Amino acid sequence: MRLKNFAKALILTALTTPVFASSSDSDHSDSDHNEHTTSHQNDAVDTKEEIKSYIMHHLEDTYHFGIWDKAGVSFPLPVILFDEGVHVFSSSNFADDHGHHDGIAESNGKYYKIDHAKIYRTDAEGTITYDSHHHATNVKPFDFSITKNVMMIIITGLLMLLLFRSLGKSYAANGGISKGVGRFLEPIVLYVRDDIARPNIGEKKYKKYLPFLLTIFFFVWFLNIFGLTPLGVNVTGNIAVTFALALLVFLFTNFTGTKDYWMHLFNPLGNAMPWYGKAVLYIILIPIEILGIFIKPFSLMIRLYANMQAGHIVLMSLVGLIYIFGNMMGGSLSFLLAFAISLIEVLVALLQAYIFTMLAALYFGFAAEEHEHHDEAHAH
Amino acid sequence: MVGAGLVVIGVGIGIGRIGGSAMDAIARQPEATNKIQTAMLIAAALIEGIGFAALFAVS
Repeated sequence: MRLKNFAKALILTALTTPVFASSSDSDHSDSDHNEHTTSHQNDAVDTKEEIKSYIMHHLEDTYHFGIWDKAGVSFPLPVILFDEGVHVFSSSNFADDHGHHDGIAESNGKYYKIDHAKIYRTDAEGTITYDSHHHATNVKPFDFSITKNVMMIIITGLLMLLLFRSLGKSYAANGGISKGVGRFLEPIVLYVRDDIARPNIGEKKYKKYLPFLLTIFFFVWFLNIFGLTPLGVNVTGNIAVTFALALLVFLFTNFTGTKDYWMHLFNPLGNAMPWYGKAVLYIILIPIEILGIFIKPFSLMIRLYANMQAGHIVLMSLVGLIYIFGNMMGGSLSFLLAFAISLIEVLVALLQAYIFTMLAALYFGFAAEEHEHHDEAHAH
Repeated sequence: MVGAGLVVIGVGIGIGRIGGSAMDAIARQPEATNKIQTAMLIAAALIEGIGFAALFAVS
């Protein structure tokens, strides 16, 4: 029991520490910036470019976990590469003297360098050649590194394991009544079951899909919320992550599809029309239906990615406006605006998790449908 | 850039109409609030998805 409490306290501390770290972070960048503007004397274009690159840098995945990059407060993460053998080394090998991660790392006689947030193999001098589109032409090793995003996913997974295991155990220990943090989670679990899974999938089959829906709901929600903390992570705003989530929905939908689901796709008219009539219509209908199979998860992917990405860009642009205005009036105005948008983003974080789960449940409902429209056809 | 503006205007009108209609419907039948809200959110999400797809195509 004591150990459990200790673990909880540890996690809470780990979660709240970056909040304080980052509040001093903004102080620092503030003073840093003042020096910058005085040396450049109202060089507006430069400030804009700097803000732009700062935002772009925030949005992308990195090989180290930077909490306070300017002061060098960041911890290295393991880099794992498959390139004629396994290379495992710390991402701090990329760091140069100024704490930027654009040095050359050496591993088992091979040299690697980060260019545009991707690792490339280079020679000892770190030369990277570009083609006419400014894409690097160097060899790209298979990259299985634990990047910032991967680490956040692992942390979220462990957090969910801890929270929901304690919820499950508290039922057994207290005779069917949840306890502690479970009291907060239980209504949400019930909401997903009773208002998302049941009405969309149907009373008969919802139990089969419920674990997946719950997992995806809490996973997306937690990661969205983590994106709003000053940790500076942007996991659900990464198209590779949302692609993987949408791919799971796609596989679940099509591998659990009933006969009726496939009949609906390839023979939607049934016996309502003679075959020559159907042949003419199906030339148009079937390709559309097949496209629809792919468009549904594709729209899931784009929606979550674009919403989270857009939220981060808007928030950071508003914070960046403070530096562009550079006076008391504009600064406090953009601060208030950024504060308001932050509150909206908390809502959006929940809403996007809800919509992702809702639409996934809707698609599962299509896949699980078993209606009696054969009997109807006979009756007419 | 003009295209992006047009996309946002279209999406704004669409979601605004959905929200307005949902308000009307809830005012008429407050007991159906939950169902109306769900349908509203789904429709809004679909429009938003198209809007984002168009924005990506434009930019």
